[in-house]
Amino acid sequence: MSPEAPPVLAAPFQDDVTARIARLDEARRDPLLHVDGLWKVFGAKSDRIMGTPEAELSRRELMAKTGCVVAVKDVSFDVAPGEVFVVMGLSGSGKSTLVRCLTRLIEPTAGQVTVAGQDITTASDAQLRELRRRHVAMVFQHFGLLPHRRVIDNVSYGLEIRGAGKAERRARAQEMVDLVGLSGNENSYPDQLSGGMQQRVGLARALAVDPSVMLFDEPFSALDPLIRRDMQNEVIRLHHEVGKTMVFITHDLQEALKLGDRILIMRDGAMVQVGRPDEVVGAPADDYVRDFVSDVPRSHVLTLRWVMRDPRPDESLEGPVMGPDTVVRDAARRVLDSADPARVVAGQQLLGVVDRADILRVIVAEESPS
Amino acid sequence: MTTVAERPAASAAPEPPPAPGQPKPEPVRRTGLVLAAILGIWVLGWLFLQGSATLPLGRATLTDFQAKLNDLRAAFDAARDGNFFLEYVVGGISDGLEAFVVGAQDLLSQAAFPRPVPEIGWLGVVAIGAWIAYALAGLRSTILVGASLVSFGVLGYWSESIDLLIVTFTAVLIAVAIGIPLGIAMARSRVVTAIVTPILDVMQTMPSFVYLLPLVLLFSIGPSAAVMATLIYALPPVVRITAHGLRTVAASTIEATTSMGSTKAQLLRKVQLPMAKRTIIVGVNQTMMAALSIATIAALIDGPGLGEPVIEALQTLDIGAAFVSGLAIVIMAIMLDRTTTAASQRAEAERRSARYDPRRRRIGLVGGSVLAAVCVYLSRSYLWAADPSNLPDLGRPLAEAAGAATDWFTDTFSGVTGAIKDGFTYGLLNPFQSLLADSPWWLVAAVLLAVAFVLGGWRPAASTAVCLAVILAVGLWQDSMVTLTMTLVATVLVMALAVVFGVWMGRSKGADTALRPLLDAGQTIPPFVYLVPALALFGTSRFTAIVAAIVYAGPAAIKLVADGIRGVSPTTVEAAESAGSSTLQVITKVQLPMARSALVLASNQGLLYVLSMVVIGGLVGGGALGYTVVSGFSQAQLFGKGLAAGIAIVALGIMLDRITQHTAARQGRR
Ligand SMILES: Nc1ncnc2c1ncn2[C@@H]1O[C@H](COP(=O)(O)OP(=O)(O)OP(=O)(O)O)[C@@H](O)[C@H]1O
Ligand SMILES: [Mg+2]
Repeated sequence: MSPEAPPVLAAPFQDDVTARIARLDEARRDPLLHVDGLWKVFGAKSDRIMGTPEAELSRRELMAKTGCVVAVKDVSFDVAPGEVFVVMGLSGSGKSTLVRCLTRLIEPTAGQVTVAGQDITTASDAQLRELRRRHVAMVFQHFGLLPHRRVIDNVSYGLEIRGAGKAERRARAQEMVDLVGLSGNENSYPDQLSGGMQQRVGLARALAVDPSVMLFDEPFSALDPLIRRDMQNEVIRLHHEVGKTMVFITHDLQEALKLGDRILIMRDGAMVQVGRPDEVVGAPADDYVRDFVSDVPRSHVLTLRWVMRDPRPDESLEGPVMGPDTVVRDAARRVLDSADPARVVAGQQLLGVVDRADILRVIVAEESPS
Repeated sequence: MTTVAERPAASAAPEPPPAPGQPKPEPVRRTGLVLAAILGIWVLGWLFLQGSATLPLGRATLTDFQAKLNDLRAAFDAARDGNFFLEYVVGGISDGLEAFVVGAQDLLSQAAFPRPVPEIGWLGVVAIGAWIAYALAGLRSTILVGASLVSFGVLGYWSESIDLLIVTFTAVLIAVAIGIPLGIAMARSRVVTAIVTPILDVMQTMPSFVYLLPLVLLFSIGPSAAVMATLIYALPPVVRITAHGLRTVAASTIEATTSMGSTKAQLLRKVQLPMAKRTIIVGVNQTMMAALSIATIAALIDGPGLGEPVIEALQTLDIGAAFVSGLAIVIMAIMLDRTTTAASQRAEAERRSARYDPRRRRIGLVGGSVLAAVCVYLSRSYLWAADPSNLPDLGRPLAEAAGAATDWFTDTFSGVTGAIKDGFTYGLLNPFQSLLADSPWWLVAAVLLAVAFVLGGWRPAASTAVCLAVILAVGLWQDSMVTLTMTLVATVLVMALAVVFGVWMGRSKGADTALRPLLDAGQTIPPFVYLVPALALFGTSRFTAIVAAIVYAGPAAIKLVADGIRGVSPTTVEAAESAGSSTLQVITKVQLPMARSALVLASNQGLLYVLSMVVIGGLVGGGALGYTVVSGFSQAQLFGKGLAAGIAIVALGIMLDRITQHTAARQGRR
């Protein structure tokens, strides 16, 4: 953000957030992870259901009729390199199944998954192993650590199975242990660590193989709220430092909003909405999503884009300049301090203005929900 | 042993909550009424028809079928040098095992011609044993093993003890070599599991005694038959527990490592086997204890080892000698059990301890091996270190003391023990036996079928029908009914014990901590040994066999009941107490009913344990089928009859097992 208020349109203005959004949108044309029409139906003869009218039935009807469960129903999305893509939904909505289908830990019933240009769905066992060893790493809710190995040997497991030498393994593992803040614990066994520390081991283990995509399946749901917040910040920090592409599963909306560049909301296996956090909160696709986000403090998520309006003819255009993707809460102080309405600018274009009343409307609306 | 208890019975599942919205007409009381009606009809029938159609068979009489079995043995013996399978496959295995056992005996326990002593004398053997214990299990086990081995010499049973160890270890090595891969295959493949599980079930339902006779057909008698019997009996635990250990490796860990691109082999080697290692060693421990118990009994088919002096002493009623040789078996059981248990705990604990220093351990191992080598050298060069008779002799004085103590006890208390025995025999055993064995066979068969149907439904009734038909066909109906009587009576007593002690242990932590180690120890002791004190107290009689059976089966049943009582939700107990129930009411109205599937499971295990022991009781006057089997070993012309008795025992075992299993399953569903 620019400290001094330059004259409008005089010089191009773009804040970091807007820049990142634009960059990801651009990069998504050549996605790192591409999912197209993915289905997973559990149950006997589940593959016969594809393409028949039965596939259109709701989950409950299908269950009653055929005994099969649709865990993932026609899901498609793209993830740009470097993006944090969050999948969220209630328990049983098919998140875990979806993320496991991405590396075929669960065999998809139909659809296509492409990672870095390679079609996963048709990959041979050996290709799949290679992909899991080098390109995609996963972090699990229940950690899945090896209890008989010390921390350092847990972290180096992925390198070990792909045949890395001992010295290389050790050096890399130590680096990762340091990176996740576990220095000094490398010789402990997992059961000697707290839950949060164990999940750090899980993180380090996933990072150690230097994957291009990291998958997280509710990695922090088993942790206390305080530790969970620490770990979320840790993921944000690691994302800044190593810039990995991440697919992050959670049922915690706060977590989704905090971490996600974009959020996919699932319900009974189907996609309900995909969008940036502010889009999900600002324009819920249906009542299900609306209900979901109704408790979210809107000022913490909505951006100026959602509160700005066209300037009135009599208004001064001397106020501070801000990007359209600045979160209301972050903008509030400066808008409230300024006598003139703030200008919302992207590039050299004035998109609109925001004054005190606009800001207060959002904040007050939260206090007394309609 | 505890091997039988490892079988995952259908009823081992936790008590399911009562299905709501399914009112059932009080099934328990109705079952009781029906059973009482059956009993009434039976007693009436017995009153009027007593003594008719009881199908007795004289001691030396053979039915055609039994004579055919004799011929079968003759045919096998004749074919040994002509038939390809018998000569090369069976013969090859037999020769290989025999060569191995005899070689080990020459090395360790028996005079190796032209030497008057084995290649390695007692000092060397003790040192080697202690070193192995150090390498596998740690310092405490080293001392235990050293002391135990020396005690075998001191008790005067050196070569028999080492022979028994040789047979046991040979069988265990083979069992592990077959069992672990088989367990891995079971854990990986449902097809293998489906094929192997029923075979293991049958292997574990068969009373140990029964294994021996059919093996004689194939392997004749001697060390190789003994090793084969031991191997077959000892195999199931290690297979089952290996498969179980691998299957219970956390799915989340498997998934995590799969997600990283592990191959199947890497998964097995780096994840599943290390994580299941402790469980697998527990399986080896169980296999070892099972092997020891049957290796002692294998003395009946000329297996070398400590079983020989025990049997001899039992048959000559030499309590002193039986006591000392039995003591050596107990020491061996404790030694093997403790050492394998320690081995399973050591690796883990030591690796984790902060003080663990691999260099120091290596020094200890090397130093120990040098020491052992010196001892071996000494034992080859000096007679004092080679011949265990140079050790102080405790065996004889101990035997004399035990004999004298028994004499004194029986003289002093013969009134008491006699009264117990007679009261029990005339008051309970004889009437019940008369009911079973003196009623017409068709009446008893009908009663058994009806009971099986009422308790478990048509499936156990069908099994019962088949088993009874087998018993009829082998021509040993009345003997079988006598054995069944002893089994049922002993089981009732076992269950009474199990309920009393199990409830006590289930309700009191203190009682549990005090009794459980005793029960565990009791379960590691080979069944044979229980005959000795029973014989000392009660002489040869059916009652003696029953006492031994109760002592043998008690621990397993008590533990099952205790676990069942403990498993009752404390909230429910608390609720009952807060509603003002007395202790007795809590026990009879809450804890016992809620633990009923544990009770049925305990009866199932109790029945099988009791049956196997009642049969062994044939050695101490138990009579009936057990006696017939024993005579089959010792008299060639009775071999066929013994084998027939073995078949009848298996039929009884399967019948009792099916009935209780299905009853348990019903209880669980209720
Ligand atoms: N192996 C399976 N066989 C049959 N049905 C399954 C299987 N795994 C999952 N399901 C069903 O698929 C649906 C989606 O399950 P999934 O575990 O993917 O949900 P989830 O969103 O991860 O839930 P949670 O938040 O509880 O982890 C559920 O209805 C579940 O019962
Ligand atoms: Mg899940």
